[in-house]
Parts: sequence; structure tokens; C-alpha cells
Amino acid sequence: MRLIESKRGQKLEVVKLHANEELKHRLISFGIMKHTLIEFIGEAPRKKTIEIKVGNMQVALRAQEAEMIEVKEI
Amino acid sequence: MNEETLACPVTAKHIKVALVGQPNVGKSMLINSVSNAHLHVGNFSGVTVDKTEVLFDYKGYNFTVVDLPGTYAFTDYTIEERVTHDYLCAEEYDIIINVVDSTNLLKNLQLTSELLTMSKKVVIALNMSDEAEKEGISVDAEYMTELMGIPCVKVSAATKLGIDQLIDTVVKEFEAEKVDPKLVFSVSVEDEISNLVSYFKKHKYQAVNSHRNIAINLLKNNKKTYEKLHDNPIWTELQPVLIEASRHIEIHHDTDDVKEAFAEEYASFNRGIVAEVVKQDKREEKKTLTEKIDSVLIHPVVGIPIFLFFMWGLFQLTFEIGAIPMDYIDAFFGWFGDVIGATITNESIRSLVVDGIIAGVGAVVLFIPNIVILFIGIALLESTGYMSRVAFLLDGFFHKFGLHGQSFIPLVTGFGCSIPAYMSARVLKNDRDRLLTLFIIGFMSCGARLPVYVLFAGAFFPEDMAGNVLFAIYISGAIIGLIAAKILKLTAFKGVDEPFVMEMPKYRLPSVKLIWHTVLTKTMMYLKKAGTFIAGASMLIWFLSTYPHNSTLEAEYEVKIQKAQSEQEIIQLENKLAMEHLEQSYLGTIGKFTEPIFAPLGFDWKMNIALQTGLAAKEVVVSTLGVLYSLGDDVDAESQTLVNQISKNIPFASAVSFIVVVMIYLPCLAASIVFTREAGSIKYFFYLFAFTSVAAYVMAFIAYRVTLALTGVS
Repeated sequence: MRLIESKRGQKLEVVKLHANEELKHRLISFGIMKHTLIEFIGEAPRKKTIEIKVGNMQVALRAQEAEMIEVKEI
Repeated sequence: MNEETLACPVTAKHIKVALVGQPNVGKSMLINSVSNAHLHVGNFSGVTVDKTEVLFDYKGYNFTVVDLPGTYAFTDYTIEERVTHDYLCAEEYDIIINVVDSTNLLKNLQLTSELLTMSKKVVIALNMSDEAEKEGISVDAEYMTELMGIPCVKVSAATKLGIDQLIDTVVKEFEAEKVDPKLVFSVSVEDEISNLVSYFKKHKYQAVNSHRNIAINLLKNNKKTYEKLHDNPIWTELQPVLIEASRHIEIHHDTDDVKEAFAEEYASFNRGIVAEVVKQDKREEKKTLTEKIDSVLIHPVVGIPIFLFFMWGLFQLTFEIGAIPMDYIDAFFGWFGDVIGATITNESIRSLVVDGIIAGVGAVVLFIPNIVILFIGIALLESTGYMSRVAFLLDGFFHKFGLHGQSFIPLVTGFGCSIPAYMSARVLKNDRDRLLTLFIIGFMSCGARLPVYVLFAGAFFPEDMAGNVLFAIYISGAIIGLIAAKILKLTAFKGVDEPFVMEMPKYRLPSVKLIWHTVLTKTMMYLKKAGTFIAGASMLIWFLSTYPHNSTLEAEYEVKIQKAQSEQEIIQLENKLAMEHLEQSYLGTIGKFTEPIFAPLGFDWKMNIALQTGLAAKEVVVSTLGVLYSLGDDVDAESQTLVNQISKNIPFASAVSFIVVVMIYLPCLAASIVFTREAGSIKYFFYLFAFTSVAAYVMAFIAYRVTLALTGVS
């Protein structure tokens, strides 16, 4: 499942990053990588941007970017 | 630039510290607590873009602390990251203080573990330890010191806890021998490292860095390390070994990107550390305060209306409360001019001082209350953490116009002043996105334009409407900016979008001290401008509007005035003389000469002069109008204030088109210089000048015609 398909309140584990190298390193610098546990917190109107929780940090992502993160529910 | 003049006297006991940390860890606040330097450094992501140096003495040591921009990882994507990265790699310094947020250790250690391969002495400052305790998180600093092999000290910048201990530790570490920190990787990576290390040993490779660090950096594809080894004879033999090693690691991590593999290695090392040293109270999972506030403020339905309401409220306050002291300030400058004027006997000098300097500067100082309120509002947006929420809410909308959600930060800063706005555009990594944002920052009306709007809103609208008018002006400026962005995105700045990945910091109560500092500094800047630059410009405008004297004209009127029958007639004649005098002055000549260009926009020559002088600074628009419209006319008791003069002399439609030009055309000279620096080339300045001038002209023309048609007057 891709991150963008998940729902509010779901707890997830990152399985793989399908992004290009640049975005991948951006995500990694925010601590988003394989085995990271994240939580889907909320979304902006029409799911254009989503908010997730990584550890204690809240991170905002655009839908296109969330599409590239493969996750599984835990 | 002035680093030399700042530097401590070089003594044997000089310690140069590089202060490094992720964004929002309280680095700038810590540097304040450490040095009592009372530096003002803003605390939202993107403010500390240039490194700041702080100097102080402690126990016989001279300290130089370099505050580097916050960076999530040791990379060089954004300008901020690049500043930090380049400083750490290339500059001379003795020790790194790595500031981490104790409440979010796992995330913060990511940068730390990368710093550990730098072969520099590192001290970890576990900041916000008081906050962590409140949240039931306890960090065992001693155990952490032991596990990582580098000193870790609990501090709190807010309560100044552990500050002395931190500096003592830095001194101790400075005096001590450098020891390699304990950074342990998984077995597979460790095997490759020791493989490489024994290779270096065998070839007796000499370097400043330890063999282990070189090995790690090579495996991580560190460019600088590669460059160094590339010219070394051992490279030919080393290369195949290295390729094999990288392949092993990649296979092990199921990725084709060795950097990703290392990120995972670091993460698991950090998870290990955190598991050992952090004890968190078992509490039932409840929502944090930030999450509760967020559930309202970034609600998909009500979030945007709430934001618009905040902005509307801010402009209402700016006008309503800001208007209260204006009469007093105005009266003060009137009184001041009279008092000073009475002491000067020479008529020309009196005119220069009273009508030139005092009138010009007074017209600008008048708007201090409005500006203070607007600055407070923007400082609140920044310091509470709300700004990034709005970026989150608006990214979808902004993206349609080719902008990035994070463009919102420079754009809103632009409402205060374009200069910091241009600088904060550095949060955008992609050059095209940043340039595009730089180009439209000017459309967000800065504080210096506020006086012009307040003046015109006050002149043409009843007081209870003026706040709304102000809001409408700002919003339409922003909308025009968005449209301009779309046009630019489709033409000049075509390209791939920058990804939107952004931290939303915890909500914080605004620090009164911080807001006070921000507002005070900005207000002082404004006042300084009024006292120097604008006073000078006012004098110049006064000169240009007073000279040359036309003695024939004066003599002609002298005769007429003497023949006059009534007091009223004398006044009329004096006003007429003043007008004709002004028209034949230097300023009048320039204004008349350029009048045909601006006639289609409905400007008289005075307005068009005001706009031209406004290229230097927008405040000068008001002071120019002040000089031009009050000269010789202040005999009439009812028209004392500039507001009355404006409403009497300028037709409504012309006023509208005037405001439109002020909204759109180039911000001040200083901002243009900063823009050019940030854009990276002088050619962009000419593009900006041409773009804004054409846009201003076209939009003002449309506005003028539409207003004429609507009001039915011509």
C-alpha cells in the first residue's frame, strides 16, 4: 500500500521508498526510511497534502511524494 | 565581512566552536544563554540563514561560537544545509557543539551520527531537558557519554540549566586528546570497514583523519574523501576493493543506494542508543496539545477560513488601533515644526527644516503604530509555529499557481519587509522555485507601502471601512502576485517541482522577549530609515520643489497681493503663487516632462513625481506627497492634514490607479539590492524591474478605466 492510500489515525511501517535519489535523501534526512514507524495524522483539503508523525515530529508531505512511499499497516 | 574586527584577540587559549543542530532545537536560544549576547536570531526554520558569530570570555578562555544554520542531515541540498556543510568541512574550528532536542532524541541523533565521522571533537548539548522531564522523558547523559564516546551534557536554554557545565565540558574536551567516538555499525558493514582499515595500514597511509573514518567516508561516497584519495597511488588498488565493499553493503540492505544503506545503519545505531539511555513514562496514548490544536487549525474545512479570519483581524487591528495615536503624532510634528521654525530667522533655512525635513520625516514617523502592529502580527505567526501549518494548508492551492507551500513563508514575511522575505526564500531548494518566489515577493505589500495605503484609505473611505479596504488591497496584491507566478511558471520558469516535505514544529507560546526584539529591531530600522535616508530624500525633494526661484513671478504676485481688496483674496493669491512656483520648480519640470507617460493612468505631475521618488523607498512616496501638497497651502485651517489635501486634490479613480502602481512596482532600493544578491545575477534585477513596471502600468490602467466607468466620472 502507498502512504497516500492510508487513512487518518493508521499506524504504518515504511517498507520501501520508490522516490528518485534526491527525494529519497530528503525523506531520509527527515528520518523517513525503511522500518520507520509512522502515523497518518491528517490531511489538507482534497488530500493535496498530508500530515504524518515520525517519532515525535510532525511532517507534511505533498500527495505526489506520499505516493512514492510504500507502507504496511501494523 | 566584519569577521576580522569582531574576532577575539588571538591568545593561546582561544576556542572556536561550531554550533550545529537540526532546525527547531533551540540553538539560537542556547547561544543567547551561553553568551548573554542578546543577539536576536529568529526561531523558525529558514531564518538563521547566515552564520552568526558570538564572542565571549570564560575562565580565561576566549570563545568564538559560530551559530550555523539548522540542518536535518549532513548534506548540501538547501542553501542552509550548504552553508553548514561547507563550514564544517572547510573552515578552521576546534570543536563542534551539537545541539539536540531531548524530547526528540532519535530524530536529532541522525545528524549527530553523521558528525561523528568528521574527525572533530564533538560535545552533545541535550537541550530542552526541562521540557523532556515534564513530558516524562528522562535521558541518562552519563550512560550516553559512555556509549557514544563523546561528552553529552544536559542543558536547557530556556531555564539556563547546565550552561556552565556545558562550557566547562567544552574546555575540558578542548584540552584533552582527540578520541574516536564509538560508532558501531552492523556486522556486515563493520567487516567492510575493517577490511579497508587493514588495507590502509598495510600501505602505511598517512592522514589527519583516522583510518576508520576514511573507510566510513569512502563507503558513504563522500566526495571530498574520494578527491583526496583519487590522486594517491594506492587508489588503483583501492578502487576494486571499494567497489566490492559497496556492493556487499548494498546487497545486504536490499538497495542500490549506499547512502540509503548508511542512513539505515545510522538509524539502527541511534535506535540502540535511545533504547539504552532514554526512559519514557508509560502513559496512555493521548493526543498532545499540538495535535489537539492542529485538529482545529489545520482542519480540512475550517482551517483556511480560520487563517483568513486571522489575517483579516490583523489588518483590522493595524488600522483601528494604529489610527489612535496618529493624531497625536501628527500634532506633535506640527507643534515641533512651529517651535523649531520660530527659532530660525533665515527664511530659506526655516523652509528647509520645517517644510522639508520635519514635514517629510513626520509623514513617515506617523505610521509607526501601524507598522508596529503589523510586525507583531507577523512575529506571532512565525514564533508560534502557525506559519508552517498555513504552508501545509495552502500548498495544494499554491501548487496550482506553480508555487511551493513553503513559498508561503517568504511571501508572508514580505508583508512585513521584502528584505528578510528575499532572504527567507532560501528555504526553497530548487533554484527555479526560489527564483519564482523571489520574483513575486514584491507583490506582497511590505510595511513601507502601508503608509501610502493608510493615507489613501483614510482620505477616500470612512473610518470604519478603512480596515476592510486595507485588507482588500493586501489580498488583491497577493492575488495579482499569484497570477503573475502562474504566468512566470508557464513561461520563464518551466521545470520540475520541488518536493514538499516539511517539518511542522510543535506549537510554542510566543516568547515575549523574542517578539519584543523582532519588533524593536524592525521598528528601529524603520525609524533609522526615516531619520537618515528619508530625511535626506525629503531635503532633496524640498530643494527640487523650491528652486529655482522665479523673481518675475514673485514680483508679479507681490503687486497683485498689494492691490488685493480682502484677506480672502490675499490667501487665494498666495496659494496660486505657491502652485505656480511649484510648477516651474525643478521637480515640477521633471513631473511635467514625464506627465504624458503617466497621463493615461490619471496621475497629475505631483503623483507621478511621488511614484518616481518611491523607487528609492516607499515611505518617500508619502513624504513627497507631504512636501508637494502641503507647501504654501497650510493657511487653510481645514486642510491641515495631508489626508484632507489628498482627498481634495486627487480624483478617486486616480487614487485607485495610484494605489495599484504602489502595490505592484519595484520595492525599495535596498530590497532590490538584496533581491539581486539572492537571485544571483544582476540580469534578474533588470527582469524584475521590467516585469513589475509593465505589470504595474497595465494593471493601473485597467483599474483606472474600470473605476472611471463604475463611478461614472471622468
